[in-house]
Amino acid sequence: MKKILKNSSLKGWLYLLPALLFLGIFMVYPLIDVFVYSFEEGYNSASQTYFGVGSYNYSYVLHDPYFLQAVKNTFLLVIITVPLSTGIALLISVGLNSIKPLRNLFQTVYFLPYVTNTLAVGLVFMILFKKTAYSDGFINLIINWFGGASVDFIEGPYWAKMFVLCFYTIWVVMPFKILILTSALASVNQEYYNAAKVDGTSKVRTFMRITLPMISPMIFYLIITGFIGAFKAYSDVVALFGTNLNAAEMNTIVGYVYDMLYGDSGGYPSYASAAAIILFAIVLTITCINLLISKKNIHY
Amino acid sequence: MEVVLQNLTKKFPSRDRKNRGDVVAVSDFSFEIPDGELIGLLGPSGCGKSTTLNLISGLQKPTSGRIFFGEDDVTDLPPENRGIGLVFQNYALYPHLTVEQNILFPLQNLKGKDKLSKAEMLDKAYEAAKLVQIDELMERKPGQLSGGQQQRVAIARALVKMPRVLLLDEPLSNLDARLRLQTREEIRRIQRETKITTIFVTHDQEEAMSISDRIVVMKEGVVQQIGKPQDVYDDPTNLFVAKFLGTPPVNVFKGQIKDGRLYIGEDAVLDVKGLSEKEVYVGIRPEGFLLQENGPLCCKLNRVEVMGRDKSVVAENKASLNPAIRAIIGSENNINIQQGVVRFSLLPRKVFLFDKETEERIKL
Repeated sequence: MKKILKNSSLKGWLYLLPALLFLGIFMVYPLIDVFVYSFEEGYNSASQTYFGVGSYNYSYVLHDPYFLQAVKNTFLLVIITVPLSTGIALLISVGLNSIKPLRNLFQTVYFLPYVTNTLAVGLVFMILFKKTAYSDGFINLIINWFGGASVDFIEGPYWAKMFVLCFYTIWVVMPFKILILTSALASVNQEYYNAAKVDGTSKVRTFMRITLPMISPMIFYLIITGFIGAFKAYSDVVALFGTNLNAAEMNTIVGYVYDMLYGDSGGYPSYASAAAIILFAIVLTITCINLLISKKNIHY
Repeated sequence: MEVVLQNLTKKFPSRDRKNRGDVVAVSDFSFEIPDGELIGLLGPSGCGKSTTLNLISGLQKPTSGRIFFGEDDVTDLPPENRGIGLVFQNYALYPHLTVEQNILFPLQNLKGKDKLSKAEMLDKAYEAAKLVQIDELMERKPGQLSGGQQQRVAIARALVKMPRVLLLDEPLSNLDARLRLQTREEIRRIQRETKITTIFVTHDQEEAMSISDRIVVMKEGVVQQIGKPQDVYDDPTNLFVAKFLGTPPVNVFKGQIKDGRLYIGEDAVLDVKGLSEKEVYVGIRPEGFLLQENGPLCCKLNRVEVMGRDKSVVAENKASLNPAIRAIIGSENNINIQQGVVRFSLLPRKVFLFDKETEERIKL
């Protein structure tokens, strides 16, 4: 019996081997490597040399004003977009779930951004926000209509750029969230609502005490993935503000890592590694906090 | 609370593209349910019994007809204003709330002058829990309860507001056989104690017969017969009701009335003076067969099944509509098998005749 058991566990490992091999080569090894680089001062990837070992890379990165700006931007982005996008997606999903006519049409409309090319989306945002020689952009037209002064959303003040970035991020992540939430809402058994109706439960109470707890696992999933996604934001920022993000004060942590590696001021894999490890630590901490909170409030 | 249903009809628009006619789920249902009675709505699936329950609860609106609770016309009232308690087939207990919170839920919805203090609510919840004997389980979540316990919680939640009418939708269908027996007694006891008019839906005739004051047998939206369980069993109005009630089911034969006698095949089994000559269906309850050495009905014996309390004789007859006839006889009866043939005489009150065309009962 023992022999068979040993045999079968050996077999199990054999089946896992391909996956483990790939994960090991392409995920675990690079992770460890990045961790090692982050402690090697002045590592040069071409000559594979470094001066010494220590925490200087971290100290440099944490004192770099560009990095601090990137951290600030990233945190602002996370704090603004994750709750807002989840909240708005929930509202839209509840709305979609409670209408009958045109429901499919609206569902399609809300899902369109998900299947739209990023470049096309970028173009739309250009038309909406970008000041050109010919036009101040659609949004500015509306602002002017109400008597306000034009704002340069792409190259203007920090808050305006942040607004565009948040707006864009929310708009891009919304379809997926709506998709998940509408299916979560649809999977709540109608009998619960009938039971609540017979007991004379108000709409608000039904939503707060029945609907929300029932779909809480999905909301939680969206918040966690939302946090992680927003912390890793980079390509959206490039699409909106171009590659010179430090100058635009719109860099994110991932953007900083990229710049340190390949940017005009790049060529510092040690600093990039340190910044990447810091990002990893931040995401890990936030996810752990999320998990802790969820244990109390999520009903599976 | 007396419940009166007046010409209740519910039609659903047909989803069939070829056949645009409405589907009639309940057709012209009239019934006065006396105060404090336990009524069983009985019928095969799709007969409209659940729809009837939903109409009474207000979850669905009737196409025509009125519903009264006592003097009040509740037809146009939403469910929450009807004062009903509803127990769902799958109980619909809120899985994220404890038993106590589940039972408290309806009370917390009360507003205005009906609003209760926290202590009053707890008192009521515990009272309801005691009634269904789950007051020990108040801190558990529904997922930690057995099916029977969940059922009790659902009943407690329906009862805690002291509804005027209690409605149960297939209350026992999710329980195993033993628990079903126990729970149906329990429902009977609770109904007796609270004296709340109760209507329950079931497709299990035994369940309906055993605890109902009255049963309503339905088929394809049309009420077939209403009455006390024993009366309906002993005096079915048509072949459907006769077949639907009773386990083992009634045995149906093709028969003929000739010269004032009832023939099954070649055997003249009963005297039926005064009936016109025609072809009929003959329904014979399993307990209507008497084993007799020279009885008139001759059948081919298949086997004898011993049940302990009694025996059932399984036999064949060419005129029978079912492949096997089942007769129940006392276990003290020793059967002599003679060349694989058994002979029965029949108890006239256990024999029902039905018109071959209409399947309506022909009274003897």
